[in-house]
Amino acid sequence: MDILNTIFVQPFADMAAAPDFLLQVIWEGLVGGVLYALIALGFVLIYKSSRIFNFAQGIMVVFAALTLVGLYEMGIPALLAVPLTLAVMFALAVVVERVVLRPLVNQPDIILFMATIGITLFLVGLGETIFGGENKVMITAELGIPTGSIMLEPFGGFVSIEERDLTAVVGAGVLVASLLVFLNRTKIGRAIRALGDDHQAALSIGISLSTIWVIVWFIAGIIALVTGIAWGARAGVSFALEVIAYKALPVLMLGGLESVTGAIVGGLAIGVLEKLFEVYWGQPLLGGNTEAWFAYVLALIVLLFRPQGLFGERIIERV
Amino acid sequence: MLYRTAGQFKTSYAEDHALFPVRQDAMLLGVILLFAFVILPLTASAFTFQALLIPVLIYALAALGLNILTGYAGQLSLGTGAFMGVGAYACYKLITIFPELNIFLAIALSGFFSAGTGVLFGLPSLRIKGFYLAIATLAAQFFLVWLFQKWGWLYNYSSSGAIQVPNIEMFGVTVTGPRASDLVQYYFVLVVVCLVTWLAINITRGRIGRMWKAVRDMDIAAELVGINLMRAKLTAFFVSSYIVGVSGALFVFMWRGAAEANLFDISLSFRVLFIAIIGGLGSILGNYLGAFLIVALPVVIGAVPAAFGIPISSSTVEHLNVMTIGALIIAFLILEPHGLARLWAIIREKLVLWPFPH
Repeated sequence: MDILNTIFVQPFADMAAAPDFLLQVIWEGLVGGVLYALIALGFVLIYKSSRIFNFAQGIMVVFAALTLVGLYEMGIPALLAVPLTLAVMFALAVVVERVVLRPLVNQPDIILFMATIGITLFLVGLGETIFGGENKVMITAELGIPTGSIMLEPFGGFVSIEERDLTAVVGAGVLVASLLVFLNRTKIGRAIRALGDDHQAALSIGISLSTIWVIVWFIAGIIALVTGIAWGARAGVSFALEVIAYKALPVLMLGGLESVTGAIVGGLAIGVLEKLFEVYWGQPLLGGNTEAWFAYVLALIVLLFRPQGLFGERIIERV
Repeated sequence: MLYRTAGQFKTSYAEDHALFPVRQDAMLLGVILLFAFVILPLTASAFTFQALLIPVLIYALAALGLNILTGYAGQLSLGTGAFMGVGAYACYKLITIFPELNIFLAIALSGFFSAGTGVLFGLPSLRIKGFYLAIATLAAQFFLVWLFQKWGWLYNYSSSGAIQVPNIEMFGVTVTGPRASDLVQYYFVLVVVCLVTWLAINITRGRIGRMWKAVRDMDIAAELVGINLMRAKLTAFFVSSYIVGVSGALFVFMWRGAAEANLFDISLSFRVLFIAIIGGLGSILGNYLGAFLIVALPVVIGAVPAAFGIPISSSTVEHLNVMTIGALIIAFLILEPHGLARLWAIIREKLVLWPFPH
């Protein structure tokens, strides 16, 4: 009885007793969720247009952030370092397409997946060789991101909101909105979606596979930079972020590999739920640090009922 | 000339189904075994045992386990590291609860614990396929490593959170722990690896192996010709996790000597996956070639700058190492997507015909 009480009654009683704390937890989860969603978005874009499961997306986040900070430390002004980093990400997209993807066209999915793990290792080694392996501080103030915090007072309590988190959420919103406009309203966006629907049909009406791949990887690079800045501001920049980037994988499962909406909804849901679980169930009952696996187990349970994720395309199998 | 198969006639089906239908294959294997059992132990130094021979064998065994699941049954798994951990922790608990248990038996039994865990986490494979399944196995990876950290009973509540391998004797010879000699550990690992490989070869070419291959090639078609998908997939998870668990127990008991939860993190899973893929999915031989490449290469790269007298800090060597492995994986995938085993098959084909072109 006691156990049932601590599992099913006590956490909710705690929530009701301190609604301001609950709001704070949800906000923290939401901010984390936005970043998961952004990483997942990079995955989805590349998967949609090329059926490549790009494992390197998480590392591209770290690599972009590291390049930005590294350039700044070399004495380049912060606002000039941003376009330079974008140029590096563009070069990366071109090199990846030329060296890795082009020779591997038409190989089985798992081979391409392994190749992106190869890219991951290469980027980790390259980043550490050039910029060193130690933790760096993101140049938040230099980029003009506010660093103060706002205090709200709902329900007679306190909720503190960091301005940099608010900036991250707004920035992510703008990024996603412009991405949706780009995908749905521009010629290149249509070409990307056409390629996602049917490679051969898209090729036959004159869409260039290699150009689109470079563009898609570059967009993924831009998303990576934004994510890297937002995340670096919270946790510093180092390859330890890589572990957090794995969180985007259950987001993908939950939302479906092909769905932009799924990535966003899944990211937010996982961010909030894992925070709630950690605070109200994980720490009192399981010794904490449940964030390491909660998202995966949640996604696994959802997949048992919907094998294509919440928003994925229905899997139709033919023999 | 060396591989001429002319004149080797088979007069019965049994001969045709033999393990080595071509005489030269058997002779080649004999030479390799002679090297492994006699010549290498006589010539190798302690460093070679510790840095090269023992890890190559253990990693090859882990990759063999994964290869059965991914290469033969077609179920992609990213949780190998955690299943190795289950084997290691199970073995540790077995020998601390039953100290008089034979270590060979303990390692053989510990495989069953990871096999059970593997079947449990393999259940979703009945509903989920492809990359979705791969991510699902990550749930096992992260959950189990978390469990190794938080469940004090597993490491006997030691303050460091690590498991320490005690000195254990078998037939009067110390085989594990700080007092064991490299040579004894090498022979122990070698015998286990040979046994498991022999079993794996026979399973994969028998009825169960064919069932797995049918499921890998197209599971719906396999189901339509009367293969029980649930049984095929779950036996693959069982056998695969068993081998992986045994390799995990060897990993800690015969090589590392101590382990904490982080040793079994996702990078271990990936290293084993690299070995399986670079070696060649769906082949037994490939695991050994791949393990040799992935384990031996860092040792070689680490030795090169020192040999040329270039002063490089050890952390830079480590970083360059990671980078080189990444580049090599890409290069190998581009050059030969079917792995080193396929490369050997091509060479062998050429040797059979040599010196004629056709």
